Amino acid sequence: MSQATSMYPSIELRSLDELWFQVAGTVCNLTCEHCFISCSPHNHSFEFLSFKDVETALQESVQHGVREYYFTGGEPFLNKSLRQMLKRTLEYGPATVLTNGTVLSRSWLNELYAAEQASRFSLEFRVSIDGPSPDINDPVRGAGTFEKAIQGVSLLCDAGFLPIVTMTQTWDDSDSLQILEDFRSVLKSHGCSRPRLKILPRLKIGAEENRTEGYQDTERITPEMMHDFDRNQLLCNHSRVVTNRGIFVCPILIESSDARMGETLGKSLQPFSMQHGACYTCYQYGTICSNTTLSPPERPTKS
Amino acid sequence: MKLALFGGLYSNYLALEAAIADARSREVDEIVCLGDLGAFGPHPDRVFPLLRNHNIRCVQGNYDNSIGNQLDDCQCGYTDPRDNHFAQMSYEYTLKNTSDDNKVWLRDLPVEIRMVADGLKILLCHGSPRKTNEFLWESSTSNAFLDRLSAEYNADVIAGTHSGIRWARKLTDGRHFINVGVLGRPGNDGQTHVWSTIVRTGADADKDATVCRPSGPAVPVSIDFVPIRYNHHRLAKEMRAESLPAEFIETVLSGWWTTCLEILPSRERRAGRF
Repeated sequence: MSQATSMYPSIELRSLDELWFQVAGTVCNLTCEHCFISCSPHNHSFEFLSFKDVETALQESVQHGVREYYFTGGEPFLNKSLRQMLKRTLEYGPATVLTNGTVLSRSWLNELYAAEQASRFSLEFRVSIDGPSPDINDPVRGAGTFEKAIQGVSLLCDAGFLPIVTMTQTWDDSDSLQILEDFRSVLKSHGCSRPRLKILPRLKIGAEENRTEGYQDTERITPEMMHDFDRNQLLCNHSRVVTNRGIFVCPILIESSDARMGETLGKSLQPFSMQHGACYTCYQYGTICSNTTLSPPERPTKS
Repeated sequence: MKLALFGGLYSNYLALEAAIADARSREVDEIVCLGDLGAFGPHPDRVFPLLRNHNIRCVQGNYDNSIGNQLDDCQCGYTDPRDNHFAQMSYEYTLKNTSDDNKVWLRDLPVEIRMVADGLKILLCHGSPRKTNEFLWESSTSNAFLDRLSAEYNADVIAGTHSGIRWARKLTDGRHFINVGVLGRPGNDGQTHVWSTIVRTGADADKDATVCRPSGPAVPVSIDFVPIRYNHHRLAKEMRAESLPAEFIETVLSGWWTTCLEILPSRERRAGRF
């Protein structure tokens, strides 16, 4: 280990519980100003995964005892093989799709609902909408995206799903409870009788680094900070992500060359040096990529 | 061998009495409680004499660890503010109303119990073998993951209770994972009864039972979920008298969960009313 990386704590993969698929690469129909991997219609630094890529990883995942599968991008539904991939995945375990909700079709969702009913596992959808009104959402995600995404949420609810709406926080902490309450009302008025909401922190990399500011050099995890810290809070402790350029440590850091762990899952199980500013955000907020944390926990900070 | 397994008592001593009576009527060889004796219900000290008088071994749940060590919260693992609000109310009530002797007893419970039944290695835990408050839901847990737990923890049958809704799955080589359900509140199914589980192995299993093939000879295993009916109106009345939340009482009387919902995967959530 070099001197530069030894300043940062290393994290071992405790077990491979979650497997992610960068199924749409960095290709998206939107160009959100806070996207941590700068996805857009023209960003082809990562390309779509094929059905065969996914199937190969699913087969390999069994020997590692993977518990659940996540599909992200870019916008996953731009990949026309997604429905086929999800149907195959539901034979292995639960699946979650992270979508911007703007390109959904009723017939696709009906097809997927039938696939979920035929499986013993859940198919979850997480829809990114960055606030309960266009005023908050559209400046970041693009004009008209609030209405389109809300329509997508309605389609998901009509099809029988209970989508989780995720918001990247662009407001003060003190406003979060009001925002959650407002969003619950908005979702109920759009046919979502049981709204599920999750607030995410901003990750100051990719496009967001240009929109606001990047990480300060002091915003890093130190070895001392890992004492008595619950490592399960960090995705890199129990996950890896499959991309068309190999296996990476997490879906946030795919544009960092040191985050590429290997060609196959079996060759990607080594520890990772947490040297990025985004690692610090994960440390502060905990399990930001998983489905179950619906609002940020109390945040540990450097003292 | 015949085992009665239950957990998540949540201070529901009336359901515990009924579950013990049911198990005795079935002439089980042993009754084991998989933890979380307190929470939700009234008069937390009332479950302890029942457990001791019937020689019921107990696994330590996250709630038991918290009350036993007088921690600030229940370590239930909820992440939603409303869920945590209700969890904290019942935690403070339970902490205040559990005797010092019973706190010590909870503190010293084991985090797992292992036993051998007709040659099968049985591992009884609260959440999962690796973490007391890990939620293992039926719809969000793959077979590959459960196979891994069985292998890593060297068990043919793993049973837990933490997530609170009963389910069982046959794994590779006929091994099993079981969530035995909870006695403390209904199963979010619109029914007021609660659930216990009977596991029968070897000669006590059904003739057509699933055969578990561990390293030794094949052993049949039968798993039955048993509805436990008790005087839920009396429990609700006592909860009211103790000023416990109306939302909890509604669950006892209706069979639908009204709190702790955000942690559910969509499939389990959709099966309920709220």
